[in-house]
Amino acid sequence: MSGARASWPPNWTPWLLALPGTALFAALVLLPLALTFALSFHVYDPATGVQDQVTLAHYIAVVTDDYFLTIFWRTLRLAALTTLICAVIGAPEAYILSRMRQPWRAIFLLAIIGPLLVSVVVRTFGWSMLLGPAGLINDAFRFFGIGTVRLLYTETAIVIGLVHVMLPFMVIPVWTSLQKLDPMVEAAAWTLGASRFTALRRVVMPQVTMGLLSGSLVVFGLSASAFAMPALLGGRRLKVAATVVYDQYMNELNWPLGAAIAIIVLVVNLIIMLAYHRAVETRARRTLG
Amino acid sequence: MAFLTLEALTRIYGDVAAVSDVNLSVAKGEFISLLGPSGCGKTTTLQMIAGLVEPTAGRIMLNGRDITREKPDRRGLGIVFQSYALFPHMTVAQNTAFGLEMRKVPRAERETRVSQALALVQLSAMAERYPRQLSGGQRQRVAIARALVIDPPVLLLDEPLSNLDAKLREEMQFELRGIQQRVGTTTIMVTHDQGEALSMSDRVVVMEHGRIKQVDAPYRLYENPATPFISSFVGKMNRLSGIWCAGRVEIAGHVLPCAGFGLADGDKAVLSIRPEKIALAPFGRGQLDGRIKGRFFLGSSWFFTVETPVGVLGVSQPNLGVEPVGEGTQVALDWSASSARAEKASAAQPAAEQLL
Repeated sequence: MSGARASWPPNWTPWLLALPGTALFAALVLLPLALTFALSFHVYDPATGVQDQVTLAHYIAVVTDDYFLTIFWRTLRLAALTTLICAVIGAPEAYILSRMRQPWRAIFLLAIIGPLLVSVVVRTFGWSMLLGPAGLINDAFRFFGIGTVRLLYTETAIVIGLVHVMLPFMVIPVWTSLQKLDPMVEAAAWTLGASRFTALRRVVMPQVTMGLLSGSLVVFGLSASAFAMPALLGGRRLKVAATVVYDQYMNELNWPLGAAIAIIVLVVNLIIMLAYHRAVETRARRTLG
Repeated sequence: MAFLTLEALTRIYGDVAAVSDVNLSVAKGEFISLLGPSGCGKTTTLQMIAGLVEPTAGRIMLNGRDITREKPDRRGLGIVFQSYALFPHMTVAQNTAFGLEMRKVPRAERETRVSQALALVQLSAMAERYPRQLSGGQRQRVAIARALVIDPPVLLLDEPLSNLDAKLREEMQFELRGIQQRVGTTTIMVTHDQGEALSMSDRVVVMEHGRIKQVDAPYRLYENPATPFISSFVGKMNRLSGIWCAGRVEIAGHVLPCAGFGLADGDKAVLSIRPEKIALAPFGRGQLDGRIKGRFFLGSSWFFTVETPVGVLGVSQPNLGVEPVGEGTQVALDWSASSARAEKASAAQPAAEQLL
């Protein structure tokens, strides 16, 4: 590319090709987001609805109210716990999967991805049946003499449900990064005197950092904004960010307050994910390039 | 006394024997090559010695100790993998130090030994680089340093040069042999390249279909191949079938001089002669007349294909700085009786496979 001749007339092809995607993104993501952002600054009057005056009252109300802060804290805690459990279960699962021979690998991969084909709502009701006081799990507890344990409508139930839904999003990126690893590298560590565990820790784990990172980001983001699982397994009392936004919009009809909560959740989520991404990636990039 | 012994080593996958009944004694400090076409079981044999594949039957003895069932991390052997298998997230120095770390060698000693190993492979300046910042030849030398730094009783090389380009491969052949001689480590190398095996090894083990076919010094292997397969796999070989008759082989009315082994008059015989043992002579003044069909310049030598009444023969001549006869020229082929071998044609190995 030299001189003005090469860049004039400009080449419109890439812009034209990107246009449909950009238009869709703008219409379905950016515009509603901008409208929500604008809405969150409007005054709300219970008698007359949304007013034209501008105010910061909703934001101040949210960040000073213990009720909302508890919900935010619970949302982040549940999302972090779900991410951690998914990583602890998903990474070994992906490793075992990558060491499997065909046709077992294909069968197990299907078993991991399979649940994604079933609606989250249907799966959630499935979990309600399992976790309820008369469900299969409590039947088993009673059989072994543990007695009835309250599971449904607790944070435990939400985490169990979320882990089930989110696991494929952790397994698949880790599995992909394992696919890129030369299996002989692990064998080389053994022959140099590393035990199986040491070889995994010192040689395999550093290689899958990037997969674990992207898996964690997806799982955390989806968990923090999950609606169906917390709504159905947490019950009416245990609220998270997504359900409280729903309440404000649909029950209280206070749309500006709902919008303010949504924006705060978005910003907090974004800050946490970017910070995490930066922390892990700079470390990985230094060594993996 | 043998340092490393393989006794009746066998590995069966399903109902296919990848390696069957391999017996081999390796002396201390020896450089052995396992040579054969792909699928001949040479890599499986190496992996059994390394402990990465478990033998179905047989024994591996190292310095009087039975290591057949030992885990790879307990054997302490140095291995250079075909893909080098360097740890991509560690520097050259960290890669090299890994084996010493696993052996809990104190830091100060570790550093000295790592720098000695890197000096041995001439990579001292690259110690802080990552494998991705190195060329293929440099990576290969890191793999060698990493394998040698732990002072292994045996060094195993799995096709160590196959990922290098032709020029570098040749240089590394001499360098690898030089390093091995300086360090004196008993070495077993797997290769499918006969040139590599011949130029580097003390002894070459030729394998085919999971079995050892011949174990010999490179020169003897080349001059006295035990089977027709070896004669055509190691170097080039002209092979002609005829009838043994009064100390010569008769083919289509032509009587060709050769040294016969285990033949009686009237036996079906196969005559083998290497292309470089045949000389071109003026027409009518050799053992066999023919016409030059093709001429190929190989730099250090010329290679001719010559059409004769008994078939097409390959002839190799050193490049003496003068342009030799061209295509279509009538010539005669000449050789001494001692440089051609005649053996009984076995039913299993018909002499059909000719040079070209």
